[in-house]
Amino acid sequence: MLDISIEIISIISFVVGVFFILTGSIGLIRLPDVFSRIHAAGMIDTAGASFVILGMILQSGFSLITAKLVFIGIFIFFTSPITGHVTANLARKKGVNPVGKTKGKTL
Amino acid sequence: MINSKSISLFFSLFGFWLLMSGHYTVLITSLGVVSCLLCVYLTIKGNFLDNETIPIYFFPRLIQYTIWLIKEIFMSNITTAKVILSKSEEPELFSVKATQKTNEGKVTYANSITLTPGTVTTQIKDNVFEVHALTKEFGDDVRSSEMDRMVTWLEKGK
Repeated sequence: MLDISIEIISIISFVVGVFFILTGSIGLIRLPDVFSRIHAAGMIDTAGASFVILGMILQSGFSLITAKLVFIGIFIFFTSPITGHVTANLARKKGVNPVGKTKGKTL
Repeated sequence: MINSKSISLFFSLFGFWLLMSGHYTVLITSLGVVSCLLCVYLTIKGNFLDNETIPIYFFPRLIQYTIWLIKEIFMSNITTAKVILSKSEEPELFSVKATQKTNEGKVTYANSITLTPGTVTTQIKDNVFEVHALTKEFGDDVRSSEMDRMVTWLEKGK
């Protein structure tokens, strides 16, 4: 009984992760400019990756692999904002103007 | 130079090594100890051992902050998915002031903003952050400076 419920939770987790990855990919294509697209990419990195890894953890059972999977998640968590910030920062410095309104004084 | 920073660096390196290795014979574990000691020695030698590389004064409040941040990230993921699927984006660019004193606090705040989908820090100058938000609601979230207060609270440590 426990096996089946863990299996079901793991499958739900995979499905939720895949949903977020698919939505993020749609956003990457559909959103108007580079700054907005970073938000979609950030969604893939956080929710998509976390839920897929959670599903894998439930599938793997409790072993050393679980800890390794947790660390993969932590590293994605730490590196994703850096790539996002570098992309946005470089686009701003090269003079890409964002779509939409600019409020107040910007740097 | 043996202090709390080098000791905590050694133990986190060695713990990570144990997790990645999976073989626990005497020879291999002692090789791991030696390589971790060498890494700590090089860190001390290169003068990287400061508050910026090992912010141990964050640790007492880090768990509570992480739980709060994961909750925030989950909520804004749902909102971002809604915005993408309902084509209701209205991007905006604005500046906010950060109240953190140290560089580590500012980095944590900027990374937390970027990690939350829907908001990205684009530029930083002194304590002014330039933020790009996907909709007005995300912008209001940042402008309400709840996250700013949380990071300042985290930065104070214990």
